[in-house]
Amino acid sequence: MSDNAIPEFSRPSRSGDGEQVSLANLSAFTSGPGATSRFEIAVIVAVAVLIIGSVEAALRLFEVPHYILPPPSAIAAALVTEFPLIAPHLGYTLVELFSGFAIGASIGLILAAVITQFPFAEKIVAPYILILVTTPMLALVPLLILRFGFGFTPRIIAVALAAGPMVMINAATGFRRVDSAKIALARAYGASTLQIFWKIRAPMALPMILVGLMIGAIFGLLTAVGAEMVGGGFGLGNRLTSYGSMIQMPQFFAVVLILSILGILIYVFFYLVGKKWANWEA
Amino acid sequence: MDAADAPAPKLRVDSATKAYMTATGDLLALDRCSLDVFPNEIVSVVGPSGCGKTTLLWSMSGLHGLTSGDVLLDNQPITGPHPDIGIVFQEANLLPWRDLDANINFPFEIKGEAPDQPWVNHLVERVGLEGFGSRFPRELSGGMQQRVAIVRALSLKPSVLLMDEPFGALDSFTRDEMNHLVEDVWLDRPTTIVFITHSIDEAIFLSDRVVVLTPRPGRVAETYSVPFERPRSFEIMATKEVFDLTVAIKRDIVGGRVGARGGAEPALAER
Repeated sequence: MSDNAIPEFSRPSRSGDGEQVSLANLSAFTSGPGATSRFEIAVIVAVAVLIIGSVEAALRLFEVPHYILPPPSAIAAALVTEFPLIAPHLGYTLVELFSGFAIGASIGLILAAVITQFPFAEKIVAPYILILVTTPMLALVPLLILRFGFGFTPRIIAVALAAGPMVMINAATGFRRVDSAKIALARAYGASTLQIFWKIRAPMALPMILVGLMIGAIFGLLTAVGAEMVGGGFGLGNRLTSYGSMIQMPQFFAVVLILSILGILIYVFFYLVGKKWANWEA
Repeated sequence: MDAADAPAPKLRVDSATKAYMTATGDLLALDRCSLDVFPNEIVSVVGPSGCGKTTLLWSMSGLHGLTSGDVLLDNQPITGPHPDIGIVFQEANLLPWRDLDANINFPFEIKGEAPDQPWVNHLVERVGLEGFGSRFPRELSGGMQQRVAIVRALSLKPSVLLMDEPFGALDSFTRDEMNHLVEDVWLDRPTTIVFITHSIDEAIFLSDRVVVLTPRPGRVAETYSVPFERPRSFEIMATKEVFDLTVAIKRDIVGGRVGARGGAEPALAER
């Protein structure tokens, strides 16, 4: 047979073109919008400048007081001048987020991997997981504070409780995607149960696991900040209530801005991880 | 086939019976199906949809057990997956998260062995996949994917190759090309091949014998020899022998279904 008989197929040149987007795979967020050319980047930047500039101009023109809505320039200035004061609180929030997420996500992942191997057990556990997913864990924070005080502990627990079930429910969806042909392939070469798990089930579940980790991390952030607002003397959430009560709106919005950036960083991180390790599904 | 001077079968299916449990009762997929495949023979199995062809192949592979009966490889009963049996699945069945090299190395990885690189390279070259090693399955056409699957199945040098409707999803030109490729690979290193297919043309072109199964529960209805030299060219497909053979096989399959069960009440062409 001749070589020229082989059709050559190239990688789709642009993300998003003709790719299937579904909730069941990572492409749902790896094929999201992304600037591809200088022109696009220029337009995006120009629009952003225009919007921020107009807001600034409008607020100044109508002399809106700072305590109602501070102009972007005042927020930027507050971000710069107050940052040394805000930074330690950012650190506390990150500690809560990372430790709570690490605990919650690990438990969620392990539970998902184990429970999906036993369909009957899964049916028994499912309603409780659903309750954990749908109940805002913030509701438990006052109770946790009563029991554990105003330190890190109740917040880390709340973050873990918020992130864990999110990770679990998504990872379980991934692990449940059994492709019997692929498992048969592994078995045909004498693969052990453990090999089938690591070489077939886990990679197949990875896109959904990453989705779960991303949603879990964002829910963790929300819960951490919320818990800080409920009680305790530190953390970005605490800064929000504190600045709010003192009507220091530029500082308040500076903290909001930091939180937005944190959320975006979480998204970008998982986006990049997904693009690198789970972009095979499209 | 003449029983007296035939060599010992490589693969023997001895009154294989397989029932699946379903909600509405047992479903008998195979009923005392017997079949011998001789060393380095290419045998195709054809039959009406749902007649148990795939069940038969999976039983031969040891991937699932039989309700009763035996499958013997070199006279040893097969009780589970066997290293001497390679399988090519429907629709390539590649692992989409691995590039081609990693897909081909998968069997070695499972075995915990270093890949037999000279042999793998030889196969890769043989099927025309050089330079594609770092591509991912989704970047390849269906035909290319099946080439990878064939390399993967042959990478451990099995003496038996089981192929389960491997080219069913391909267009007919690609399918012709793949049929030539299978023969090429076979000429390169003879293997006992059992080939499940829906295509009578494909079965005749490739096989030394074509086995026709009855409608479910499957058992052997008829066996036909295909007496052409190898390598075969597609021109044989236009000969009268092939024409008559095609008609006979069609009569077995379709005729059986419309009720005029001409040759279907098995005059078991088994020896």
